[in-house]
Amino acid sequence: MLIRLEQRPEASNIMVYVSPLIAVVLTILTAMIMFGALGVDPAKAIETFFIEPVSTLDGVAELLVKATPLVLIGVGLSLGFQANVWNIGAEGQLVIGALAGGGLALAFYGQSSTLLVPAMLVCGVIGGMAWAAIPAWMKTRFNTNEILTSLMLTYVGLLVLSYLVHGPWKDPEGQNFPESRLFHDSALLPILIDETRLNVGWLLALFVVVLGWILMSRHIIGFQIKVIGMAPMAGAFAGFKENRLIWITLLISGGCAGLAGVIELSGAIGQIVPSISPGYGFTAIIVAFLGRLHPVGVLFAGLLMALTYLGGDSAQITMNLPNAVTGVFQGMLLFFLLASDVLIRYRVRFGPPRVKAEAAE
Amino acid sequence: MSETPQTLTPRLELLGITKAYPGVVANNNVSLKVMPGEIHALLGENGAGKSTLVKFIYGVQKADSGSMLWEGEEVRLANPNAARKLGVGMVFQHFSLFDAMTVEENISLGISPELTKGNLSVRIREISAQYGLPLDPDRYVHTLSVGERQRIEVVRCLLQDPTLLIMDEPTSVLTPQEVEELFKTLRRLSEEGVSILYISHRLEEIKTLCHTATIMRMGEVVAECTPENETARSMAEMMMGENLVSPERTDRQTDGSVRLEVKDLDAASTHQHGTDLRSVNLQVRAGEVLGVAGIAGNGQRELMEVLTGEVLVDRAESITIDGTPVGQLGPVQRRGIGVGVGLVPEERLGHGAVPDMSLWENGFLSAATRMELINNGFIQVGASSAFAEEVVEQFRVKTPGVTHPANSLSGGNLQKFIVGRELVQKPGVIVVLQPTWGVDAGSTASIRQALIDMATEGAAVLAISQDLEELFEISNRIAVICEGRMSDAQPAENVTVEEIGLLMAGVGPDGEKAHAD
Repeated sequence: MLIRLEQRPEASNIMVYVSPLIAVVLTILTAMIMFGALGVDPAKAIETFFIEPVSTLDGVAELLVKATPLVLIGVGLSLGFQANVWNIGAEGQLVIGALAGGGLALAFYGQSSTLLVPAMLVCGVIGGMAWAAIPAWMKTRFNTNEILTSLMLTYVGLLVLSYLVHGPWKDPEGQNFPESRLFHDSALLPILIDETRLNVGWLLALFVVVLGWILMSRHIIGFQIKVIGMAPMAGAFAGFKENRLIWITLLISGGCAGLAGVIELSGAIGQIVPSISPGYGFTAIIVAFLGRLHPVGVLFAGLLMALTYLGGDSAQITMNLPNAVTGVFQGMLLFFLLASDVLIRYRVRFGPPRVKAEAAE
Repeated sequence: MSETPQTLTPRLELLGITKAYPGVVANNNVSLKVMPGEIHALLGENGAGKSTLVKFIYGVQKADSGSMLWEGEEVRLANPNAARKLGVGMVFQHFSLFDAMTVEENISLGISPELTKGNLSVRIREISAQYGLPLDPDRYVHTLSVGERQRIEVVRCLLQDPTLLIMDEPTSVLTPQEVEELFKTLRRLSEEGVSILYISHRLEEIKTLCHTATIMRMGEVVAECTPENETARSMAEMMMGENLVSPERTDRQTDGSVRLEVKDLDAASTHQHGTDLRSVNLQVRAGEVLGVAGIAGNGQRELMEVLTGEVLVDRAESITIDGTPVGQLGPVQRRGIGVGVGLVPEERLGHGAVPDMSLWENGFLSAATRMELINNGFIQVGASSAFAEEVVEQFRVKTPGVTHPANSLSGGNLQKFIVGRELVQKPGVIVVLQPTWGVDAGSTASIRQALIDMATEGAAVLAISQDLEELFEISNRIAVICEGRMSDAQPAENVTVEEIGLLMAGVGPDGEKAHAD
């Protein structure tokens, strides 16, 4: 029996949405095989990974806390990706945004103003934008590749963070630990549910999803982003300026990453530590694609990816599995998604080709 | 015109060829007979299935069913090599030549190794002398004109002694004089017994050259005829399966005001191997169509880009629309000058329209500002859809609805939509590049009529095209662009195809090469 791929006459609209589901199912099946090979009961492992973490209110709250930065950054990145602007450095923009907001918190330490938190959020956005502005400027000015520049700036950003927590911003009473002081209460985001870490950052993420949705579906900027991404010549014909869109998309995605950073800092962590993010900026790339570069899709994809973080923790604790399981899950998910996307333009056919004429030398 | 040579066995016979692609039947039960020495036209609109059939004969593609008989024997071709061994030669529409190599080197690359042994350049000279195809084996390809390049392809085929020569749209890149030279060669070959399968949609050429014609429509053979006994119009009607209405226009010269003026415009090309524009002058008056003829790659694309505003020029006043200098204005502002500017680029998919976007979004693309489809940065979906529906209705675009993507439309229908999108905005100045390129005859007629009607209503229309027939049909005046320079426009009724052809080839009225590079 032959299995062949046959091109569809028109790209399938259904498959655009079914393909992520296929990817999730394949990921789970492969994971079960992997767990089996590790000598763990696959069903139990899947339960530990996907069900157990969200079986309590606290678990659900943690899920939303982890999803917040993924969704925020994912929405921002998806705009740029649609315009073929590949910001790979959201992690660095997150860190710089967090430092900008966190620096403000330290500077006004002990002052109880209700304006402090909003000011921190604004600083976070500006910090992220500023870090993303560097690749935008270099790309529009010197035609550098933003994939390389934004990625490399991530490591610069991490070194800035490392310098600050080991040096100027180190807690004077912290027994020389490389950490800042704990933020004063007035610098912490309001908590939504008592006894959990769920904070208003989640609401901001939902707000950004709605904003992104409106921008992409109804606003001229979103229209320009799509046109430039799909057919740059048609964009030029319509008079859309590519450089302007490079700036817009990099600033939006950098701003979103910066906002995510400051929310993580003042909502979930409460001080500046050497490692602010477990790679949210990179995971959000997977989130953006898993969510079909659509803000609402990104919301669901963000929740799913957040679950893999929690599942990894829970598998580590209760089943002694290595934490690398999280990375394996995320990698498999992206791998299967890209593979399933073939089905959008092709369909699988079983049996011999319909062409009857045989090749004869 | 000689009578069809007759022998008992056809050189090539196709029986019931069927080939389906996903979603479309390209050839349905096609049968065809080519006698030795016969020049046989394969005629049909774009998408009628001519290319698919030819690819099968040349061994590039296999059919789903049906058989091919060669000199009466059934053959199955695995690849083009097998076809060449049989004696099938093909000259493609797009040449495969290396610019940085000589004629001889190029020829030796494309033929079977045994033929390159011995003195190839002597044989090239022999063949080129024998068939009236002057060609110097030692010249570099980049120094040759398009017509000379085509000769390389023809000579390459002839070196292999073909008994069937397939020519795919060979004249689309040639000047009228070059076409005449090519036809002499083809008639000569035919007299020697070589069969020629000649693919074209240029009906006048087929009338003068071909002995028989097979006409295809939507993958099927719909008629066979003797072109000599037909009119171009009757063949076009067989091709389309409907009665053809030629565009009507008034021949009067207009003395309307100048709406579009280009003055001493120099512009460097932004493309690799592009053609720079050199002191271009032109004026288009209200109420007229100015046609710009020229062989592809002589600056048409560059001219279009500076007119649309995709490329800005140094001096704003080198382009004026209704008296306003626009050379420094981008496309959005430029479209709003005067009563508006309508622009139709050459490429439909990817330039004039976004393939994956719906028709209403593609309508919005160029009409957003002028038709007020945008409010504070927000897209007015209702108004945009209404606008697209108006275009679809007025220009009879065949589509299930304006929410369907642009690439779901046939070439002709999409072109009608793109032209319609510009014309429904009632612009005062219209610039079109290759408005009916690759468009079926029915849509072609309606697009040309629409352009003439716009001029009649007082718009200034600039039509840049490689199709001389088209330009003579719609233009009041005609100019020629050659190597980035523009000739003076002449009233269409005062110039002949021959005169235009000489200008296209860069030969001035005094018979000398007007400018050498």
